Amino acid sequence: MGESGRVSGAALLARLLADPAQAPGIDRRAWTGILAAARAEQLIGTLAWRLEGLPLPDRACAILRDARDGAAQARQAALWEAEMARRALAGLAVPVVLLKGTAFVAAGLSAGVGRAIGDLDILVRRHDLPAVEAALLGAGWEWVKEDDYDDLYYRRWMHELPPLIHRTRDRMIDVHHTILPPTARPTPDAAALVDASIPLENGLRILCPEDMVIHAAAHLLADGDLAGGLRNLWDIDRLLREFMAEPGFWARLEERAGRHQLRAPLARALRLTERLYATPVDADLAGPARPADALYVRRLLARDGWGRGTRRATRLAFYVRSHWLRMPPAMLARHLWIKLRKG
Amino acid sequence: MRHGLSLGVGPVGFRIGSAWPGPIAALRGLYAGYPEAEDGIADFTVRLEPNRPWRRWIRPSIAIGGDHRLPEAAPLALAHGLLAAEMGMNLQMALGLRRYLLLHASAVERDGRALVMTGASGAGKSTLAALLGERGWRLLGDEFVLVDLAGGGLHPFPRAVSLKNAAITLLEAEAPPERFGPVLEETPKGRIRHLRPRAEAIHRMAEPAVPALILFPRYGYDKALRPVGAAEAFVRLTQASTNYVSLGEAGFRALTGLVTANPACAIDYPDTDGAIDLVETLWANLDA
Repeated sequence: MGESGRVSGAALLARLLADPAQAPGIDRRAWTGILAAARAEQLIGTLAWRLEGLPLPDRACAILRDARDGAAQARQAALWEAEMARRALAGLAVPVVLLKGTAFVAAGLSAGVGRAIGDLDILVRRHDLPAVEAALLGAGWEWVKEDDYDDLYYRRWMHELPPLIHRTRDRMIDVHHTILPPTARPTPDAAALVDASIPLENGLRILCPEDMVIHAAAHLLADGDLAGGLRNLWDIDRLLREFMAEPGFWARLEERAGRHQLRAPLARALRLTERLYATPVDADLAGPARPADALYVRRLLARDGWGRGTRRATRLAFYVRSHWLRMPPAMLARHLWIKLRKG
Repeated sequence: MRHGLSLGVGPVGFRIGSAWPGPIAALRGLYAGYPEAEDGIADFTVRLEPNRPWRRWIRPSIAIGGDHRLPEAAPLALAHGLLAAEMGMNLQMALGLRRYLLLHASAVERDGRALVMTGASGAGKSTLAALLGERGWRLLGDEFVLVDLAGGGLHPFPRAVSLKNAAITLLEAEAPPERFGPVLEETPKGRIRHLRPRAEAIHRMAEPAVPALILFPRYGYDKALRPVGAAEAFVRLTQASTNYVSLGEAGFRALTGLVTANPACAIDYPDTDGAIDLVETLWANLDA
């Protein structure tokens, strides 16, 4: 049972997401691999909605139907969790901005269709953090990490509070005050993120369209090791396709990316989504292809038809890069030393 | 992966891959006569792989992977490959199944009607189902019962029965040796031996049954029998279900349907023969 051809599971997955019309022509024997890769990349619900209604083998249809049901349930649970946070924070009268998956489904954006949603991510102003933290602790959330070093690390160096979990609902909330760690080299304008945010009917807010794209690009390329990157890149594809029809969108996107010091990650994100998902992007903003783009593609597609991560060296390189992006060298050394001693 | 197997158990298809030939050969032997996954498309992938690259050769140990996994699961010895495959398949079902309400329970069928047994580990649900399966009943499953979300019928999941410790000797006296897998000594769950169900259970694995009676057996107590109300049965079965919460309203409807349409009983028993007598008596009086 070797791999089918030279196309990795993730590459086939990306191809089907970009062009669902190819799905009916897929060899029956390739489906298990596509489904395993889609599950591993947290894209099974998304794929299921993309392929809905196409003539596929019965069993593939049944599995994709289950995935749509699962995504519907995940959406409902995510919206309920946002509502619980809204109620806990309503008395403070501070702006609360939903981020990522919960924001997409709350706003009814196509990026939210079928999307897997884990934790609830919210953004508040830094000076509101103590009040927000106290209100959440009073409403049944508690700390996940008990460790003093980890707690201090989060509070001093991260762009979010240490994660909180709800006592009875067993769901996590990440409370951000900006979108990148303060130790990272770019410094996004956190105040501008909140100031430009848009209220939803229930009083919760979402980022403005341009900031939403920029946050997705920062999340993909300026923070983390690109694990789950295919999903994050899909968010960018969907958001761009939804927003680009608005007159002046690309110019505003460029202006906001400059303000948040994230022009380079945004440009790379545009090139990658054009390459993998055939997204129509602004050529000037995306800039010319760079040799390193191929490395990013290699990392994004490092998943085989058994759902296993492949290309160990590439993944390791991006893992090391993620720490390099996040911390200056002396700080990284100290951090690893403390982590190592604790085992 | 280098070695692989496609396997259909009831309405669920598995693809099991392994870094070593041994576990797949053992599975082929144990699951002789089972079909492949329908359409050749598996609902779930299970991976048996070394937890570190060198563990393929040096003191080989199996990490259980797949579509769904538990990060803290301990690796198993290569000699326990059948157990690793069983645990991997269980994990996919428990964490991934959405098409049916999944109950951690055993079930047997006679005349199209099914008896469902559930209880804590060691309560004897698996052993009782295996024994009844050798004595004229059709084994639907020793580990999972799949409740249809629309019609409420029970779909068979007749995987190989996982016998532990004393239950092995008990069943060796009932079933022919060719239906047994190898004895797995000193596994984390003790001594284990798998038993392939009778051919009828495998041939009729696509044929659902209508539930008729729910039992909560408990082994090692004086013989006792207590009717269980629908509300208590409901609560106990939510605890026995791995996907009740994630199914939302559909799970609630299926489970309330099951407990309101069927009588339920808690039975205590000191020995297996006593339990079988109790079950047969209850069954005979069902329509009385």
